[in-house]
Amino acid sequence: MLAFTTHRGQALSLPWENIDTDQIIPARYLHRPREAGYEDQLFHDLRFTPDGKPKVGFPLNDPTQAESTILIAGRNFGCGSSREHAVWALLDYGFRVVIAPDFGDIFFNNSLKNGLLVIRLDEQSIQSLMHEEGQPQILTVDLPQQSIINSSDLRFPFEIDAYRKEALLKGESEIQMTYRLLDKIKQFETHHINANPWVATPPAS
Amino acid sequence: MGRTLFDKIWESHVISERDNGTALLFIDRHLVHDATAQAFDQLKSEGQKVRRPDLTFGMADHYIATHDDPDRDPVHDAMVTTLAENAREQGITSFGANDERQGIVHVAGPELGLTLPGTLLVCGDSHTSTHGALGALAFGIGASEVAHVLATQTLWQQRPKTMRIRIDGELGVHVTAKDLILTIIRTIGANGGAGYVIEYAGEAIDNLSMESRLTLCNMSIEAGARGGMIAPDETTFAYLKGKPFAPQGELFERAVEAWRGLKSDDDAHHDKEVAIDARSIAPTVTWGNSPETALPITGHIPDLGDIETSKMEQYQATIEYMGLEPGAKLTSLKVDRVFIGSCTNSRLEDLREAAKIAKLGRAKVPTIVVPGSQQVRQQAEKEGLHEIFHQAGFEWREPGCSMCVAMNGDSVPSGARCASTSNRNFAGRQGPGSRTHLMSPAMAAAAAITGHLTDVRELEGTKC
Ligand code: SF4
Repeated sequence: MLAFTTHRGQALSLPWENIDTDQIIPARYLHRPREAGYEDQLFHDLRFTPDGKPKVGFPLNDPTQAESTILIAGRNFGCGSSREHAVWALLDYGFRVVIAPDFGDIFFNNSLKNGLLVIRLDEQSIQSLMHEEGQPQILTVDLPQQSIINSSDLRFPFEIDAYRKEALLKGESEIQMTYRLLDKIKQFETHHINANPWVATPPAS
Repeated sequence: MGRTLFDKIWESHVISERDNGTALLFIDRHLVHDATAQAFDQLKSEGQKVRRPDLTFGMADHYIATHDDPDRDPVHDAMVTTLAENAREQGITSFGANDERQGIVHVAGPELGLTLPGTLLVCGDSHTSTHGALGALAFGIGASEVAHVLATQTLWQQRPKTMRIRIDGELGVHVTAKDLILTIIRTIGANGGAGYVIEYAGEAIDNLSMESRLTLCNMSIEAGARGGMIAPDETTFAYLKGKPFAPQGELFERAVEAWRGLKSDDDAHHDKEVAIDARSIAPTVTWGNSPETALPITGHIPDLGDIETSKMEQYQATIEYMGLEPGAKLTSLKVDRVFIGSCTNSRLEDLREAAKIAKLGRAKVPTIVVPGSQQVRQQAEKEGLHEIFHQAGFEWREPGCSMCVAMNGDSVPSGARCASTSNRNFAGRQGPGSRTHLMSPAMAAAAAITGHLTDVRELEGTKC
């Protein structure tokens, strides 16, 4: 996965609530292989009219916002379907950070496994991050220090699980990490299935 | 102190624990479907094979065809074939097109006995919460996690909190598990369950059939919850007895003995408790683009005055997207399509309810009925339900996800309003520009024969 240490970039705000993963990427694009990239499908139906023209008023279509890499979103961002494509689409477009009051659980997990830093922040801090009139907001997100720094040098601390932080800093795949525990897994498995033999019920033909 | 149902299952699956509450859990059942191709690619790119193919089962559902469609996109068939190929390559039992055991993974899984009380079951699909109805701990995971489970048969998870929702009292006539869960979501909000596993309990839950329990747990994710679960009881054991992948004979009896202990102890602590009175619930429909926009069918579209200023922009967008008149009566909304199906409401009980209403008239708009599995289809046909649907002008299809997610080509045209028994009314969910109203099978059938949203209790012939 992509490693993450410190990121500086322009923030775009999309303050709607309950932006579900169907909005982040519609289901009809999910069959595309990972290597095809999903940047053009990100927020597709919010971003484009049915005949494929950019929708006026959608923040991503504002030329001054097109280079944004940090997304500030509303409550319950990424709720709904478990599709990891939502994370891939954000990353492929260039986003590295999403900040919201809270997230859909599965989306939250998916993000951190791919190196997209998702940050839960209280509504008040989010308000102050969003409202700095005039210039597009440039933010620095410092993972080692666990803080977001705005252009006036104000710091907004955030929480992150220590293990997830370390995995992000190293960019290490979880599968490799887990393999180090394989002996323990096997031991557990034998004991568990002996105690609950129905778990192993052989497949009927 | 006592332990909750959740605690008991969680704790019996912890292989290793970190000091932050994250645990490595053993996975008893891993279900994969035809929209998980990328996870298999990820597994291969890590140079790994499926570690426990015997505990992994495949099901073709998202992309499968539900009727002969000359315009069908070959890409959709390719996804079904890719699942079969991945399964063959990895030695996984998989149920594909033309298999009698095929169905929507959350309908066919329980029905085959793949879901068992006390087990930990995951699937790369958010509605995996469905399986918790049998007293399993079941939740949806993303593609990276699917790859992790394929490779290791384990999963790292942060321990969730527990919420108990008690539903006391009896549900009214034509008030179903769907109305119940929509009301719960309206009450706690579309993210009210975030970070929690919900345990449903109380008199109304005890009285629910297994199928209704599946409907209820199915939509736990729409309240943002990690999972939903119900303690197994005699209803559960009777349901499981004789299912092909459930233990048989003496082993079944032993299992039931163990499963009887799977309930929250009297002195167990839940992090949050919610109580709802079943008698207060009416047939319910949604009006907006989040399941939390659920209202009793007797209600009205919220008016401008009901909306907080900060939510005005989104409200306006929803009204426009859904083509609504603020303040209008819900029953005044004309529908263009009806969809009866999805992992929420495509089981036999649902089809029986829909058929009872279909008998009372004829479809005024195109209506499709998509059974949740081959078994459901066969059983429904044995009972003659398909004939009732035919006579009412409802189209009877082959099992699959179909118009719930419109990934297989079955979609609602742009701007069309659909009365749907599925679980998500997100913008574009049933096809670009589609307008979805969620409701129970009886309510959807009622909308089909009247052409507008209808209080099924008011229909001639339904009064008792
Ligand atoms: S029926 Fe709908 S919600 Fe259920 S698994 Fe299929 S696509 Fe997902």
